[in-house]
Amino acid sequence: MSESTIAPQHAQTPPQPGDLNDQLIASDFWTDQMLAEAGIPVVDVPFVTFGGGIGSFVTVDYLRICGVPTSAMRVLTPLKTPWESYEYLTTVSQIPRGERLRSDSSSCPDNIWGFPSYAIREALQGDLKQAWNVLVEPIFANYYTPRAGHAFESMEKEMYRIRYPEMVVNGQVRMVRRRVGGGYFTILTPPEGATPTRRIAYRSQWVHVAVGYPGLKFLPDLQRYRNEHNDYSKVVNAYERHEHVYERLHQRPGTVLIRGGGIVASRVLQRLIDDRDQRGLQTQIVHLFRTYVDRPHGTGILKRRKGADGWAYQGFNYPKSVWGGQLKQQVRKSEGEERARLYKEMGGTNTPVRRDWKEQLQRGRREGWYRVMIGSIEEMKPVGDLVEVTVNTPDQGPHTGTFDAVIDCTGLEADIREHRVLADLLDHSNAQRNPVGRLDVQRNFEVTGAQNGGKIYASGSATLGGPFPGVDTFFGLQIAAQEIADDLIAQGFAQKLGPGRSTSQWWKWVRNKQI
Amino acid sequence: MLPTLSGRIQTRIFLLAVVGSIWTLIITPVLPTGASLAASYGATFSVLLVVLVLGVLWEFLYHGIQQFRWEKDWPTLFGLLTGIPEGLLVWFLFAGGAIPWIDSLPGPAFAIHFVSTWLIVWLVANGPMRVPFIHWRINGGRLI
Repeated sequence: MSESTIAPQHAQTPPQPGDLNDQLIASDFWTDQMLAEAGIPVVDVPFVTFGGGIGSFVTVDYLRICGVPTSAMRVLTPLKTPWESYEYLTTVSQIPRGERLRSDSSSCPDNIWGFPSYAIREALQGDLKQAWNVLVEPIFANYYTPRAGHAFESMEKEMYRIRYPEMVVNGQVRMVRRRVGGGYFTILTPPEGATPTRRIAYRSQWVHVAVGYPGLKFLPDLQRYRNEHNDYSKVVNAYERHEHVYERLHQRPGTVLIRGGGIVASRVLQRLIDDRDQRGLQTQIVHLFRTYVDRPHGTGILKRRKGADGWAYQGFNYPKSVWGGQLKQQVRKSEGEERARLYKEMGGTNTPVRRDWKEQLQRGRREGWYRVMIGSIEEMKPVGDLVEVTVNTPDQGPHTGTFDAVIDCTGLEADIREHRVLADLLDHSNAQRNPVGRLDVQRNFEVTGAQNGGKIYASGSATLGGPFPGVDTFFGLQIAAQEIADDLIAQGFAQKLGPGRSTSQWWKWVRNKQI
Repeated sequence: MLPTLSGRIQTRIFLLAVVGSIWTLIITPVLPTGASLAASYGATFSVLLVVLVLGVLWEFLYHGIQQFRWEKDWPTLFGLLTGIPEGLLVWFLFAGGAIPWIDSLPGPAFAIHFVSTWLIVWLVANGPMRVPFIHWRINGGRLI
C-alpha cells in the first residue's frame, strides 16, 4: 500500500539542489522565473492527475477513450498499480481477492460502459447462476457483487490496453500552485536518488486531484487507550492490519468485542465465525452497537430503509439511484441546506443483507456465542493479557467486561486538512470547503475558486458533500471522470464521445485492442 | 435500472420506435396472421404504437410505485414482468375491437410479436443501450 495517500507526511529534509525555497512556499502564485531560480526543472504536459489510485485511473481511461494521447497526460503517483491502496484496505478489512466486494455488477472501473457487467462476464465464463442473480436481485436474491480479484485483474488488463504505464511518473506530489500567466505547477518529489533535483515541477493547464482518503480517524477512546497504554495489539481498528488477533484466537479461545454496524463489522464477524466453523474455534463475540436498528426506519413512508437485529440494511453505500436516477438528479439540483438534508436522509451506517451473514448471526444468537450490546465505550484499560472495557448503556448504566481483543469497525475519515496537498489547496489556491467540510467542487468536479486559465478537478472521497453523493465508489469515480471529460471536451482537450465513437471504442475494448 | 420519470418515457419511446420497429419489420412476414403482408404490417405496427402510447401512461404508474422503494431503483425483473399486464391490456383492446382500424389479429401472432419485441427491448435496455449512449445510464435514462 501507499502510506503516502493514507497518512499525512511531515518529513523534514535538508535543502538539496532543485528544492522548494521560502519564497515558493509562501507564494500563492508562481512565475516560471521563480522555479528557474530555485533550480527546479519544469516539465510541460497539458493534463496532470495525481494520487494515482482508481480515481486517476478511471479518469485517464475515459480521456484515452476520448482520444487524448498518452503524451498529453501524466499520472504522478507513489503507487505501483492503481488498485494498490484499495487492495490494501480491502484485504485488511477482510475482503481478500477471493471474497466479494460491496459493489454493483455494472460498476466496472475497467469499462466505462459498464457492459458487459461483471455478472454477465462470469456467466459468459460458465457461471450462469450470476446472470440469474442479476435478473432476480434484489427481490429474490441478494445483490450480486464482484470478487475483489475480478475487479483488480480486469483493471490490470485495461491498464495495459490504454498504455497507462507510459503515463506514470513515480513520486509523491507535494503541492499544486497557480502559475502567473495561467495554468498550474504541480510539484513532484521523485524517489530519493531517482533524479538530480529534489523536486520536479509539472506545468499544466489542467490538474486532477485524486488522492483518496485523507487519512483514517480513530474514535477518541481508542486514541486515548493507545496513548495511555501504548498497546496497539489488543485494541485495533479493522482498517489496520490485525491478522494477529485472528491468530491469537486460533491459539487459545477468547472473547472479542466488535464495535460498529457497517460493512466492515459484517466482514469481520464473518471472518470470526468462519474461523469458528472451519478451524473449530470457541471464539465468543460481543457486538457493540451505538445505534441499534430493530426495524425499517426513515423519514416517511416513501423514505423507509430496511433494518433488523441492530443493522440498517442497504445494498450499497448509498441508495442505488444516487448513481444515475432520481436521487442523483435531486441532489444535483440542490444547494446548501437542502443538500445537507438529503445527505442526512440517506446517511447513517449500514450494511448489505446477505443470507450467509444472517444465518451465521442467527446461529450465534441461538447458541449463545454472539451477543449484542447497545451503548458506547466509556473506558478501556489493559488488565494482564486482556482489555477491560466499560460500556455506557442508555438504559442500564455502565457495564464492565474483559476481552481478549477489541476490533473497532468504525471507519471515520480524517479532515481533508490532514492531507498535505489538500491543505495546501485550501491555503494557497483559494479552494473552499463544501457544506459537509470537504473540498467544494462544482457539477463538473472543478475545484471551486481555483480557476486560473485552466482548472483543477478533484474526485473521490475528498469531494463528498458535493452535488453528486456517490463519489467514493467505483462507479462514482467513473461518473466524476465523465463529468470531467465532458468539461475537457468542451475546452477542446478531448474528442466528443458520441454514439459512433463510443460504439467503436467499446468494440476495441471487447477485442482488448490497445489504444 | 435507475430511471427518472422523463428518462423512463424517453427510453420507452426511443427503444420501441427504433429497436421495436426494426424487430417488427423483421418478424412480421413470418407471423401466423393469415392476412396479406400489408395488413400484417398494419396490425403489428398498430400493436407497437398502442404499446408505446399506453406505455407512456404505464410509466407514470411505475414511477409512482418506484417512490415506495428506498433505493428509488427499478429492478431488472420488474422491467421484464411489467410486460405481462401491459401485454394483456393491449391484447384485450385488440381482441375487443377497441382499435377501430384493425379488423382482426390472431392470438398466436400477437403473442409471438409482443413477447419477442418485449424481450428484445428489455435486453437492449439492460446493457447494450449503454454502448452508444454513454451518458444514458447516469442521466436516469434520459437521452436528451
